[in-house]
Amino acid sequence: MSHRLPERDKPWMMRTYAGHSTAAKSNELYRSNLAKGQTGLSIAFDLPTQTGYDPDDELARGEVGKVGVPVAHAGDMAALLDGIPLDRMNTSMTINATAAWLLALYVVTAESQGVEQAQLSGTTQNDIIKEFLARGTYAFPPGPSMRLIADMIAYTVEEIPKWNPINICSYHLQEAGATPVQEIAYAMSNAIAVLDAARERVPADRMSAVFARISFFVNAGVRFVEEHAKLRAMAVLWEQLGRERYGVTDEKALRFRYGVQVNSLGLTESQPENNVQRIVLEALAVTLGRDARARAIQLPAWNEALGLPRPWDQQWSLRIQQVLAFETDLLEYPDIFEGSKVMEGLVGELLEGARAEMAVVAEHGGAVKGVDYMKAALVDSHRERIRRIEDGEQIVVGLNRFTESEASPLVEGVDGGIMTVDPAGEAQQIEAVRAWRSGRDQAATDAALAELARVAASEGENIMPATIAAARAGVTTGEWSRTLREVFGEFRAPTGVGDAAASLNGSADLAALRDEVDRVSEALGRRLKILVGKPGLDGHSNGAEQIAVRARDVGMDVVYEGIRLTPEQIATSALHEGVHVVGLSILSGSHLELIPAVVTQLRERGVDVPVVVGGIIPDADVQPLKAAGVAAVYTPKDFDITRIMQDIVRLVAERGGVSTAA
Amino acid sequence: MTQLDGSALAARLRAGDRTAAPDVLNLVESRTPAARVQADALLRGVSPAALGAEAGGHVVGVTGPPGAGKSTLLSELVRAWRAAGRTVAVLAVDPSSRRTGGALLGDRARIAYDPRDDGVFIRSTAAADRLGGLAPSTRAAATALAAAFDVVVVETVGVGQSETDIAELADTVAVVVQPGSGDTLQFLKSGIMEIPDVLVVTKADLGDIALRARRDLSAALRSVGERETAVLAVSSVAPATGIDELIAALDAHLAHTDVAARRVRARRATALADFTAEHGERGLRALGGRREAQRWLAAQNPACDVPSLVGGLEARTVSA
Repeated sequence: MSHRLPERDKPWMMRTYAGHSTAAKSNELYRSNLAKGQTGLSIAFDLPTQTGYDPDDELARGEVGKVGVPVAHAGDMAALLDGIPLDRMNTSMTINATAAWLLALYVVTAESQGVEQAQLSGTTQNDIIKEFLARGTYAFPPGPSMRLIADMIAYTVEEIPKWNPINICSYHLQEAGATPVQEIAYAMSNAIAVLDAARERVPADRMSAVFARISFFVNAGVRFVEEHAKLRAMAVLWEQLGRERYGVTDEKALRFRYGVQVNSLGLTESQPENNVQRIVLEALAVTLGRDARARAIQLPAWNEALGLPRPWDQQWSLRIQQVLAFETDLLEYPDIFEGSKVMEGLVGELLEGARAEMAVVAEHGGAVKGVDYMKAALVDSHRERIRRIEDGEQIVVGLNRFTESEASPLVEGVDGGIMTVDPAGEAQQIEAVRAWRSGRDQAATDAALAELARVAASEGENIMPATIAAARAGVTTGEWSRTLREVFGEFRAPTGVGDAAASLNGSADLAALRDEVDRVSEALGRRLKILVGKPGLDGHSNGAEQIAVRARDVGMDVVYEGIRLTPEQIATSALHEGVHVVGLSILSGSHLELIPAVVTQLRERGVDVPVVVGGIIPDADVQPLKAAGVAAVYTPKDFDITRIMQDIVRLVAERGGVSTAA
Repeated sequence: MTQLDGSALAARLRAGDRTAAPDVLNLVESRTPAARVQADALLRGVSPAALGAEAGGHVVGVTGPPGAGKSTLLSELVRAWRAAGRTVAVLAVDPSSRRTGGALLGDRARIAYDPRDDGVFIRSTAAADRLGGLAPSTRAAATALAAAFDVVVVETVGVGQSETDIAELADTVAVVVQPGSGDTLQFLKSGIMEIPDVLVVTKADLGDIALRARRDLSAALRSVGERETAVLAVSSVAPATGIDELIAALDAHLAHTDVAARRVRARRATALADFTAEHGERGLRALGGRREAQRWLAAQNPACDVPSLVGGLEARTVSA
């Protein structure tokens, strides 16, 4: 084989994960991104759309149009894709619990453009197990959720053959702290659960076609050599799985296909310009070797740990891809790691570890039943990662080493280097969805929802035709979801923290803190008790979980109820539980709406305890939060959790009239 | 911190003021000497003497092994009780390890309720050192809240050991097991476990396996000559089934129980437990041993409240 390719490879598909405020504004953004050379779309939906609530739902408060675009009905989807020819576009939708619904809206929008569903290509993320494990935008219990996924696979493989009905996501597992071995093992176990469910709903001779349509969505961290090996290991396991478990023989169907968004967990708020080189190196992890190169890439922006990226920040990330693809010689060679001892050794190590861990998941009954086990294992891994950073074992430049810095001109502008979403947008969306409801044929809507409920309750029927009919009839996202919630029931995923092993190890600081907690608890009369709460729809619970586990490890009683709570629920829990302090975590940008609401609810109930807040909180928002009664605000640069705990104990001691430590 | 006033809290409970519940718990959990004095005042204020009768609330113990589905079942029970207009307090005793001194209390997460509804109160407490053991404050809390809530649930984790504790406290004990849990069957047959008042098999949605479990448990109960215990199958998966039947079974048990006698027994057992927690084995020896202490307690006025009983025991160690 020659060391050169006869012909330069075509670049991967280039996307930017984007969407905010309204369908019209996002459409504008998509068009300008495409004009800049982006080759595919990646739609970010807001949290109400992802979790199945209309903009006027109580739970949607503060979240409408924040982390993505609100799509409440077919009219919104048409506005979002206006002027974009869907027969030629490849669209990735980050949508899970409500994936069947958003795909239906996409199909109906294509219809209105005169495009048949069979011509559509793209991806619905649709991976619910990782929502239970890491991301938190689930809506229904595990059983019905897996049925919806299988229904979509069975439907698309016949009717929308170029569609990837599901992206098995290892991405979010790494964000939740997974080691490379865990990332591989849990993603593959997840794939097995999905394929086993699909096998129940498609004829045996179609399994090869199904297998060929399953793609992955992975992560790449800054240890880019090992990260590349991880992808090669996944390709080996995938092919083996196809051959041995599902009898697939078609070589093309056995290929491991993946898209990627590189790591956000490792991006820092301190010296944020360093994130650019991190992103570049991570992009190499998924492009260097031709045998395991990504099919589609989207890169985060340098300022993600600060707030929402602006169009210019996203352009910078797109340009990184373009330089890599068009200026370097990367695409001119066959696989550059063939015969590499290092790569072979790394892949071997990872395969061995992943197979062992997959066996453990299988012993727990597979990925669906093993969610509790995997969740607790991830919380433990993440805790270990934080400990290494706190102890300086793992170096993060600008965070725990080389922290001396000049002022960054990048964050000096009037906007602080981030985008802010106009809070007035929410009111407009509320009005818009009400106008939509009053303007439609209500009888047709009711009939479509009745049919949807009937199909949902009938185990053997595919949900897609009734869902597409509902989209045509003008049903809204909240109505579709509510109908299914009524049939399927609701669900709360495990928090993982209860099963995380108690740790008595740690630094001298930790031991001293434990003594201080004991001392303050004795003076207060009962053990220091903290409520850790996540208000709103944000499902990114890693931070809250780590705070909960550490609080327990320093000797506090911890009440943690998981994600998606209203301010009223949090305040009521704080009252009932008699906590001494409330810690709130929020990453979706809705802190200015939700945190003051929690404080108000607490005070209304006579709960006068300190409230501390952690999350992605821009500098400019810290003062307003403090004015609303918040005692302390922590952001990603406060990586030392022990220090946060010291603050909390001091706040409780002061409020309780306990003398501070000698 | 200002010291909570036990007599005032008792007065609020006697008047049916359920918003006193958080402070009642804050007080009985507190270990400072001043708080202990107030907690005693609280218990005297809700004693049969103060109320003129035994407290009206039905104290229901719900216990079973981890993972049996207790919390999701409780969620359905709370919903059904509220729908019937009955107020509910849940005292969830969490089995979390106290290795580091702290504990993660996650149980209330699985109980759905309307935060605006003051007819529901949920409090989590870390368990005592042994699995299934009651936190010292739980007995006092259940006694106090029974004066203001229609139902007081005490939820504990364990199988085979915890029933004793909970049986001393509750008017009705429901043991919750999931299908395929052979332990319970063995424990019942071998007499390791106290016979529950109601036995609940969860996950009835699993079908045959749940039905078989129910049959096996009924047979095991008959084999030890026990015919009173109701055995029910419930499912908390939508649409939930068996919940109304379970509530009927709990009510039926209460109707056939001499509540006053059970409460008297509970107060005496609590007094002995509190005394032992405070004075240890040495204290017991000073009383002439556990059996002697029990004999003394049995001879006291049935309406006597726990602090008075403990005080009586303490006086005897001094005079002995």
